[in-house]
Amino acid sequence: MTMNVSVTVNETRHDVSGVEPRLLLSDFLRDTLGLTGTHVGCEHGVCGACTVLMDGHSVRACLTLAVQANGSEITTVEGLGTPETLNVLQTQFREHHGLQCGFCTPGMLMTGMDLLRKYPLATDEEIREGLSGNLCRCTGYQNIVAAIRSAAAISREHA
Amino acid sequence: MKPARFEYFAPTTLDAAVQALAAANGEGKLLAGGQSLLPLLNFRMARPAVLVDLNGIRELSFIELRGDSVLIGALTRHREIEHSPLIAARLPVMSAAMRHVAHLAIRNRGTIGGSLSHADPAAELPMLAMFYGASLMVQGPAGRRAIAAKEFFVDALTNCLGPDDIVVEIEFPILQHDGWAFEEVARRFGDFALASIAISIRRGLSGIEDARVAVMGVADTPLRLEAVEKQICEGKVDGRTPERFSEWVTSSVTPNSDLHASAEYRKHLLGQLAKRAMGTALALKG
Repeated sequence: MTMNVSVTVNETRHDVSGVEPRLLLSDFLRDTLGLTGTHVGCEHGVCGACTVLMDGHSVRACLTLAVQANGSEITTVEGLGTPETLNVLQTQFREHHGLQCGFCTPGMLMTGMDLLRKYPLATDEEIREGLSGNLCRCTGYQNIVAAIRSAAAISREHA
Repeated sequence: MKPARFEYFAPTTLDAAVQALAAANGEGKLLAGGQSLLPLLNFRMARPAVLVDLNGIRELSFIELRGDSVLIGALTRHREIEHSPLIAARLPVMSAAMRHVAHLAIRNRGTIGGSLSHADPAAELPMLAMFYGASLMVQGPAGRRAIAAKEFFVDALTNCLGPDDIVVEIEFPILQHDGWAFEEVARRFGDFALASIAISIRRGLSGIEDARVAVMGVADTPLRLEAVEKQICEGKVDGRTPERFSEWVTSSVTPNSDLHASAEYRKHLLGQLAKRAMGTALALKG
């Protein structure tokens, strides 16, 4: 059994036929569409590396079937900014050295985008709670928290 | 591919979902938010022949006030409950507990019907169902029936549903109380609880008139502590009330030791959380 999936990824529409229902959204993005910015870590919803936005809300791409994304709008890390024009959150990650090996970074950024939209992020405790579903094995989180704190402050200034 | 092969149905009505599940002859699984089922599929620990995806059934997603209860559709996402003004006003303990439910991306996708059906003994929604004395409306091929939360949770990760049953909505009676608290400790914020307590009270002229207490992480299912509720209402209220409450709570549970915490530690933790929760609940009423 295969199905058709019509999905808008980073504002580009894709109509893909022959999709097996058991194909995960993470594998669909990486292998079918070639968007390898979405990283695959644990593949059971613990590490957060594969987090993408689905209709504006962060989701684990490894806990979503590709066929479930039919008709939705997906944003991956490739949709945030370009190397020349990073978005606000990406800029703050660079400023605060919020990444080392970079493996968790796409998930951190996508989670950060959703956090900035939904929560005031007035305290570090709130930022740390918000990031609790994303694992980083390099940074000790300090600089990731600093980057998001700074992005939240910039968002408040421009609000 | 990670999961084993399955037939996939995505009905848009509840009736079609009931039919598809029944047609699977016990080999079918319901897919709601997928935040517990997908890991099982990815590990191939679950290999259902048929997956019935409920996400297209709009009629299962709602939060509404009906009489003295709040009704929540089974497909309502944790995020929607967390940010609902109606829940904040009428079910404040639930509102406070929701930020402890897993992590942001999981709350965006996970559903109340899915969490209750999964019946994890250390998950917030099953505990809240026990706490509020919720009633689960279930639909199968023979029609609808209501199941009380205390009947629904049979054991760890085990509910009383038949293979063809679908949880459609959950009724939470509103407590006419004036003090409440929710406390939880997990190894990492958003993880399953090591210990947690929910309390709600109504103060009268001579003490506490009505009380509700539920705990989790300390048994194979979440527990409502009705004997403790009685003790609260019989005793006087003074500076030592939180301490006495803590003793009543800890002496009524017998947790198990596991990888995450010893029985003694869980009991100690629950006692500390109980003391804090009673202090908060009493302070809410000036």
